[in-house]
Amino acid sequence: MDNINKITRNEKLLEINNLTIQYETDSGTVHAVENLNLNLGYGETLGFVGETGAGKTTTALGILRLLPAAVGEIKSGQIMFEGEDLLKKSEAEMRAVRGAKIAMIFQDPMTSLNPVMTVDQQIAEMIKLHKKVSDSEASKLAGDMLELVGIRRERMHDYPHQFSGGMKQRVVIAIALACDPMMLIADEPTTALDVTIQAQVLELMKKLKDTFDTSMILITHDLGIVADICDKVAIMYAGRVVEYAGKRELFTSPTHPYTIGLFNSVPDIDDDIERLNVIPGLMPDPMDLPTGCTFHPRCVHAIPECAERKPETVETSPGHFVACSVLAAKKLEMGGDER
Amino acid sequence: MIRYILRRILFLIPVIVGVAFCVFTLLYFTPGDPARMILGDMATEEAIQNFREAEGLNSPFFVQFGNYIYRAVTKGDIGRSYMTKRPVMNEIMQAFPATLKLSFFAILISIVIGIPCGILSAIKQYSIFDTVIMILAMVGLSMPVFWLGLLMIILFSVHLGWLPSSGFDTFSAMILPSLALAAQSISMVTRMTRSSMLEVVNADYIRTARSKGQKESVVILRHALYNALIPVVTLCGLQFGQLLSGAILTESIFAIPGVGRIMVEAIKTRDFPMVQGGVLAIAIVFSVVNLAVDVLYAFIDPRIKAQYK
Amino acid sequence: MSVKTKTNGASSNRKQRSGLAEVMFRLKKSPLAMFGLGIIALIVFFAIFADVVAPYKFYAQDLDHMFETPSRAHLLGTDEFGRDILSRLIYGARVSLQVGFIAVSIALIAGGTLGAAAGYYGGKTDNIIMRVMDVLLAIPQTLLAIAIAASLGPGLLNLMIAVGISATPRYARIVRSSVLSIRGMEFIEAAHAVGSSDFRIIMKHIIPNSMAPIIVQSTLGVASAILNAAGLSFIGLGIQPPNPEWGAMLSGGRQYIRDYPHLTLYPGLTIMTTILALNFLGDGLRDALDPKQRR
Repeated sequence: MDNINKITRNEKLLEINNLTIQYETDSGTVHAVENLNLNLGYGETLGFVGETGAGKTTTALGILRLLPAAVGEIKSGQIMFEGEDLLKKSEAEMRAVRGAKIAMIFQDPMTSLNPVMTVDQQIAEMIKLHKKVSDSEASKLAGDMLELVGIRRERMHDYPHQFSGGMKQRVVIAIALACDPMMLIADEPTTALDVTIQAQVLELMKKLKDTFDTSMILITHDLGIVADICDKVAIMYAGRVVEYAGKRELFTSPTHPYTIGLFNSVPDIDDDIERLNVIPGLMPDPMDLPTGCTFHPRCVHAIPECAERKPETVETSPGHFVACSVLAAKKLEMGGDER
Repeated sequence: MIRYILRRILFLIPVIVGVAFCVFTLLYFTPGDPARMILGDMATEEAIQNFREAEGLNSPFFVQFGNYIYRAVTKGDIGRSYMTKRPVMNEIMQAFPATLKLSFFAILISIVIGIPCGILSAIKQYSIFDTVIMILAMVGLSMPVFWLGLLMIILFSVHLGWLPSSGFDTFSAMILPSLALAAQSISMVTRMTRSSMLEVVNADYIRTARSKGQKESVVILRHALYNALIPVVTLCGLQFGQLLSGAILTESIFAIPGVGRIMVEAIKTRDFPMVQGGVLAIAIVFSVVNLAVDVLYAFIDPRIKAQYK
Repeated sequence: MSVKTKTNGASSNRKQRSGLAEVMFRLKKSPLAMFGLGIIALIVFFAIFADVVAPYKFYAQDLDHMFETPSRAHLLGTDEFGRDILSRLIYGARVSLQVGFIAVSIALIAGGTLGAAAGYYGGKTDNIIMRVMDVLLAIPQTLLAIAIAASLGPGLLNLMIAVGISATPRYARIVRSSVLSIRGMEFIEAAHAVGSSDFRIIMKHIIPNSMAPIIVQSTLGVASAILNAAGLSFIGLGIQPPNPEWGAMLSGGRQYIRDYPHLTLYPGLTIMTTILALNFLGDGLRDALDPKQRR
């Protein structure tokens, strides 16, 4: 996906160009993210979709430069946020960004909160880091945030273990939004919750997103959530974005074979089938990625070129980008002009 | 909270009775006739039989045990020393303060040295510092306390003449024995602190703290440390027990007038009531210390505190 | 159309290893653990072949050559009876290893059985067994060994029993907690559903899955058993002269410490090296057996 950042409208809140992240382990190098390109406009919500292990969380941690220090390394690329490259900032400058400009919500609410601090202390900590307020003022603001996420103010001095999973996640959201960040990265915020609670938390997130006018990257593997809350969607596979489009466009004309496979694998309650549709094969080992297009071993449309070269990005319709060598080849055949 | 403390104290009682039972059983089945031991070889057969009647030594096992408990609780009488003929309780009470002082200093040293070393080791994992500390800790764990004590005497008393090798009254006399005793403990505390820190430092909530833009030093000191030290508190309680038993050997080497030295003497002279009395006393102190640690734990860990509010 | 899929080949370089081979592979990664393993192997060798390897018999006195410092004839010198220290250390290895292994075996069998029963049957059995263990644990381990040894009297066998019993509660606890965590797992329910007997379930499923913490504890347990045995011998319980035991040698040499420190130096060094090696090995095993260990 090389040209999406140049072609679509400028003034992006976030532009990631050719990001490559690797992990060094005893058994080898894990190529978690390879030449990733992504962008997010002001006020947009981007759905970042992919299976477990595709590299979504790694990308998110990379944006905030929170990769585990000993093993994770950003090898190359640019992360432009509000016009500045985050990768060139010092640690002190990044600390000013974290929480204040970009906030993150992690996947498991059960372990994301410090068990020995009260919830208001944890929210207040966020506030005091980025705003010059007194302790009592911070405490009051913390209470305000709690009410905003639907938790009674009287519970501010309770400890995390006294809350249910869904409420813990609300606290996590309260912390993240306490300083009104420009961008929120939510890493599978509802995956660890019961289905009924999932809906509630999503509703809350939608409401808050509008109230605070926050741009959001929502990492998920659930297409239903994408349909509900996102404006744009990026499909990630084995460390790369393979398709990017507006929500409506993606759902009506999924183009990349992987995306089509994903949609096909969601069973339809009205269908009378014996077996679920699956994409044959498994996601590749990130230490031993296929050459060329990482999806080619599982792709029914693969041509010999797919194993040789990294797929080019093709804009199949305005704002809809697909990384596929087969498509690129077809476009060449048709004269190579953009529709 | 009070209920929790009271319950724990209540649980302590059967445990102590159990320990007394073990001690008494061991004493009961040790070869040798207590009457003969106390009255001496010159005693007549009649005197021995009278003594046995008077002390209830001909009664069945459980009756004797019942008497033992009764006497212990009401009169503080846990037998008489075969050697000195004086009540065991008196000897122990006289000797205990020295043992407690020794163990207390040892645990203090362990905490003051062990915790910072463990923290630094964890923060600088895989560095030279970490490797050196871990190897030193291993060596400390592996050194028998009686050998270390002797080595220290050779080096600091005999060759350098800096510190005395016996007694416990002056501050300088306390240094060598406390250090020798503490060696193993320092190592355990260091290792435990390190592994606890490592576990905590990789926890999700630490990542959350960083994602707020918090300074790394605050993340470590405020978020990680408190959580990491909680299990170390429990360890220190258990270590105290080790120290109490280690004190036995240490006192022997440094001629410190504590319970341990009395017990070692008693072993040599086959003065079993004294030996078992010492065991009982130390076990009781150990149990009380563990109780205190449990209660402390409830105060510092809000997850436990909430359970018993 | 079919396309030959190509990868960059890293996967095929990593062979699938069997369970034991995997553990050995991971163990080899730790130089300290391998060092420990080497030392232990050496000591075991010396213990087994003491008669052949030791230059002198451990009881051979030579009153003309008492207190000698290391020389060609006596590599580590002689003690207060002119006995060769090196030989006594070598024979002492036999004693220490015997005590270590047998004491741990006693503790494993007794503690393991009790712990397994407590964990598996739960309820009253669990309660009673664990209450008894709690009482035993209220007495610090070394102290308990001292108490039992004082009661039983001196001698190698009594020493092994005393150290073994004092270690039992710990093993009971470990085995119990392993059993509890596995008992809850679904494959045990499945085994029940298929009609396996209790005994069969314990033998075939529970024990193999509990091995890791038990192996680690046993290795470290041998170390602490040797240490305890030395301590007991040092204060006069346990091995009696002239039998060579490292702790007893230390005790014997103590009175000559000012003039002849080598009498205490070498036995102590030997104890320390053995314990250190066992600890390194135990730590290495713990890391190698832990499925969650990642750099």
